[in-house]
Amino acid sequence: MNRIVRAMLGRLAGMALVLVIVATVVFVIVRVTPGDPAAVMLGSDATPQDIADLRSRMGLDAPLIVQYGQFMLGLLRGDLGQSIFLGQSVGQALLARAEPTFFLTLFSILIACAIALPVGVLSAVKRGTVFDQIVVTLTMIASSVPSFWLGLMLIQVFAVSMGLFPASGYGGPDSGFFERLQHLVLPAVALGVVNSALITRFTRAAMLDVLGDDYVRTARAKGATERRVVLKHALRNALVPIITVIGLSVAMLVAGAVVTETVFGLPGIGNLVVSAVLRRDYPVIQGTLLVVAAIYVLINFVVDMLYILVDPRVRL
Amino acid sequence: MNEPILSVQNLTTAFRTSEGWREVVRDISFDIHAGETLAVVGESGSGKSVTALSAMRLLPKDKARSTGRILLEGRDLLTLPEHQMRAVRGGRIGMIFQEPMTSLNPVFTIGNQLAEALVLHRDMSWKQAEAEALRLMERVRIPSAGTRLHEYPHKFSGGMRQRVMIAMALACKPRLLIADEPTTALDVTIQAEILSLIAELQREENMAVLFITHDMGVVAEVADRTVVMYRGDMIETGDTPQLFAAPGQPYTRALLASIPRLGAMAGSVTPRRFPQVDAATGVATEGAQLPPPPSATQPVVKVSNLSIRFDLPQGRVHAVEDVSFDLHPGETLALVGESGCGKSTTGRAIMRLNTPSAGEILVGGQNVAKARPAELRALRRSAQMIFQDPFASLNPRISVGAAILEPILTHGLLPKPAARERVSQLLEQVGLSPDMATRFPHEFSGGQRQRISIARALALDPQFIVADEAVSALDVSVKAQVSNLLMDLQAQRGLAYLFISHDMSVVERISHRVAVMYFGEIVEIGPRAAIFGNAQHPYTRRLIAAVPVPDPAQRGTRPAPPAVEPRSPIRPLDYVPPKRRYREITPGHFVMDEAAA
Amino acid sequence: MSAAAASFLAGSRQLLRNPAVLMGAAILVLVVMAALLAPLVAPYAPNKLSIANKLQSPSLLHPFGTDEFGRDILSRAIFAGRVSLMVSLGVVALSTVLGVILGVAAGFFKSLDAPISRLLDAMMSFPDILLAIALVAALGPSLTTVIIALGITYAPRLARIVRGSTLVLREMPYIEAAITLGLPTWQVLVRHLLLNLASPILVQATFVFASAMLAEASLSFLGVGVSTDMPTWGTMLASGREYMNSAPWLMVFPGLAIVASVLSLQLLGDGLRDLVDPRLTKER
Repeated sequence: MNRIVRAMLGRLAGMALVLVIVATVVFVIVRVTPGDPAAVMLGSDATPQDIADLRSRMGLDAPLIVQYGQFMLGLLRGDLGQSIFLGQSVGQALLARAEPTFFLTLFSILIACAIALPVGVLSAVKRGTVFDQIVVTLTMIASSVPSFWLGLMLIQVFAVSMGLFPASGYGGPDSGFFERLQHLVLPAVALGVVNSALITRFTRAAMLDVLGDDYVRTARAKGATERRVVLKHALRNALVPIITVIGLSVAMLVAGAVVTETVFGLPGIGNLVVSAVLRRDYPVIQGTLLVVAAIYVLINFVVDMLYILVDPRVRL
Repeated sequence: MNEPILSVQNLTTAFRTSEGWREVVRDISFDIHAGETLAVVGESGSGKSVTALSAMRLLPKDKARSTGRILLEGRDLLTLPEHQMRAVRGGRIGMIFQEPMTSLNPVFTIGNQLAEALVLHRDMSWKQAEAEALRLMERVRIPSAGTRLHEYPHKFSGGMRQRVMIAMALACKPRLLIADEPTTALDVTIQAEILSLIAELQREENMAVLFITHDMGVVAEVADRTVVMYRGDMIETGDTPQLFAAPGQPYTRALLASIPRLGAMAGSVTPRRFPQVDAATGVATEGAQLPPPPSATQPVVKVSNLSIRFDLPQGRVHAVEDVSFDLHPGETLALVGESGCGKSTTGRAIMRLNTPSAGEILVGGQNVAKARPAELRALRRSAQMIFQDPFASLNPRISVGAAILEPILTHGLLPKPAARERVSQLLEQVGLSPDMATRFPHEFSGGQRQRISIARALALDPQFIVADEAVSALDVSVKAQVSNLLMDLQAQRGLAYLFISHDMSVVERISHRVAVMYFGEIVEIGPRAAIFGNAQHPYTRRLIAAVPVPDPAQRGTRPAPPAVEPRSPIRPLDYVPPKRRYREITPGHFVMDEAAA
Repeated sequence: MSAAAASFLAGSRQLLRNPAVLMGAAILVLVVMAALLAPLVAPYAPNKLSIANKLQSPSLLHPFGTDEFGRDILSRAIFAGRVSLMVSLGVVALSTVLGVILGVAAGFFKSLDAPISRLLDAMMSFPDILLAIALVAALGPSLTTVIIALGITYAPRLARIVRGSTLVLREMPYIEAAITLGLPTWQVLVRHLLLNLASPILVQATFVFASAMLAEASLSFLGVGVSTDMPTWGTMLASGREYMNSAPWLMVFPGLAIVASVLSLQLLGDGLRDLVDPRLTKER
């Protein structure tokens, strides 16, 4: 247990450092805007007075280092700033839109893993067979399809032509969970299928890698059945890279959600950030970027902890 | 004689290549009886391992096929259905492999992996199997087996892992044990322990053993009968003593003649070339004695109180601790010891490939660690290095000629046309043809590549060379040739060598003086004859005694070595190593004082 | 260098023996040629309005049909390929240069490893599209900003691979030999290290090329991409959405153009990876 606690503390320290860099990068991104962000935000018919007001409201008239300090201090208090257009704080705006994004991500990762793990393992075991070649070809094609385009095609077929699922939206404000769930089916499939391609390819490669290892030969020399060799000895060792790629694809799903939510009209975080970009609502862009990056860092931390459970060699 | 345990009859194994099926083992036949050890010996690419894997049917079915018969107690394994073959693997035949470091599954405990073998073949519950696993670990003499049962493989040293592999192979009392180069990756003292363990267990169980090796010394130690293989063919077979005494085939004669034999140098003061073996007849002519080095002047290298430590999360590694020695022009000082003893780290520090924690290294009077860029350039000219792995020593993207040319031009030693001329001369000096300069490394064999590395090192006309296991990765005949080349170059150019090696028999041939390292310290240093003829430190004695003697007649004359779990090289951060004192036995022969150790 | 050329030729021949790679190369050549020769091969001008011909289904005259303004989809798709290739090539060039510099610096010089690696960690924690969107929002949409945004987004990916391979290579005896031969550091880095990193970099660059194409399409689709008069596959899809029901060809052909181009790059990248040492390209 001691080993795990020490490892956790070490990783937490590293995580904090990365978060500080993340926050700094976010700060820099918004400040590199050519010209005056206040002027850009308000558009061409703003009066100099409006611009000056907004500048002071956003704290843009202070020296950069002071702005940076205030920004970081605000973050420490959990203050992500005020949206320019929504009339609410960035934190509130994000919370209000978290649910669809959370479930979309969750369902698509479940779909992706449910397809990818068995298919990837089987494809590695049956390497070179017709089944393997079909899997390789299909994953190759699937990873070349933009998820938003697949989403549009799904809408056309399953929503418009067959009327099986709603084409867009997330139900009304008082719709039940089941109704909202129906709205998530098509977007989750669109995202999940595209991401399953990546995980399948990775699983297959990781399995092929370990199936050539010496200890797999040892297991065979022991007289273990092929099933045991694959599922116990090989898969357990392949899990480390597979966990990595699953963690990575959660992050990619968040990115995919940005586009997919737009396609399906889901009122999630992706939708929020796209409209913020179109309206130049910098505090919202800044806050979303930060929160998503922080979630990614957190997922990485969880993945690191899983390593320790899976692989006894991980040191620290 | 009764029926053999294993009878291999006309075995031919072919691999699928892009050009069709290629035979890698042709028409092999041999028998092994209960309690008997048969060695299959050959150089790399001889097909000896493929023979063993064919018997276990462990080669991939789509890439390899075997014909002939492999009879285990009368049943032909090649025609057995897969589920019956699984009962044979691990049940009737146990197998151990060359790489103990990678042959155990890293994510399961030792106990789990041992118990698995038992559950698979003997009608046992997991609980019974774990109790039996403990007994097996004690049987292969793993210290504190009770706690180690629950540990993972990465906590075990190579020797201990090989013991676990043996325990696993023997778990179900197999009739045949196949040992595929089981000691090649191990240190020589560990090798001796493992060999004696296998022999003892074989006696108790009356097993047959098929022993695959490239090392004639090991063959002489273990085998009742021997099969010699060369490029897939069985060249010769016979009782081991007879084969050694009167080899029938030129290849066998050549193989036996080129083995470095420990003790061959008794009475010889200076190094002597390896015998030259005529490959066609297998006749050997004894090598010439080398002239003594010029009488000592200033040393080329002076190492004083060198310490190198690394900090790890678990503590501090004292890789090199308070090491001092001199190296004189024209002299070879061998730095010997087993893996992890700090010999390579010392050599790399002299080349400034790592940073000492304390102490001083002078090369030609210049402090290596403090050299400024201009001084460092001068140092790089006088000191060169040859590395162990011939396949990684040369940049695969640069032609051999360009690789040798590069340092000459960079240091501005010669204008371009003259430099090219020089490259041709260097290639000739190392026994290669000048027109090979336009070729790329992948077109050369291991021995040739090592010659190219030597030519590259000579391009700057250095005063001394660090040879880090420079001949260790080479096949035995090539090893002798490259060693001879190094000795010739020393005689011609007055080069000094720091010859880092674990191979005591090569060291005996090539060196003037020997320093023995153990856990970062020099335990004994002195003239070669004194170290090999009059070793004082117990570790030196153990090291020399562990070297297999390629003479079956001497088998069994040495006591079985004890199982020593190597102590951890990692110390607490506040550990202060004791100050060592050395006794001078005869002039120049120093031994670490035992009282202090 | 004739032997090097010979081994390169042998490698290419081996590469082209693989039918998947062959197909990838063929599609890519087709896409690149069409883009280069767009004014010659496109049957119509991409922005030529013809309201009378609006929303026509595919026919001999308009093989991919026409859009709501009667513009020829095939011609627009061909011209869109130009933008997509230009952006993607720019992204590959920028991210490769940045990635190689950062990766080699982190992998070769121990003191630089920690700061660079932490920076890469931080940059990698932004999902690619999101970071690109934010950068485009900050810099304002244009061809150059999209290239810069995606270049910065993908540089850490390359840097990680290059760092990993550099760490492996740095321990290789031939690199150490180059150091002990007293070669200047730049010579060790360029002649000995980079020369041997070329294959993994090439493989990864191919995959970045594919990702950049997908990302560019997504950005244009969202309306935060290259804002020029030239059509892009993403904007074609975005504007065609409204007519998806009545004129599905508006959605099918630009989408297929993206899939085919990205697929060709993935096929090539996979073939290349099989050809070079797999251990070197593995992420550490």
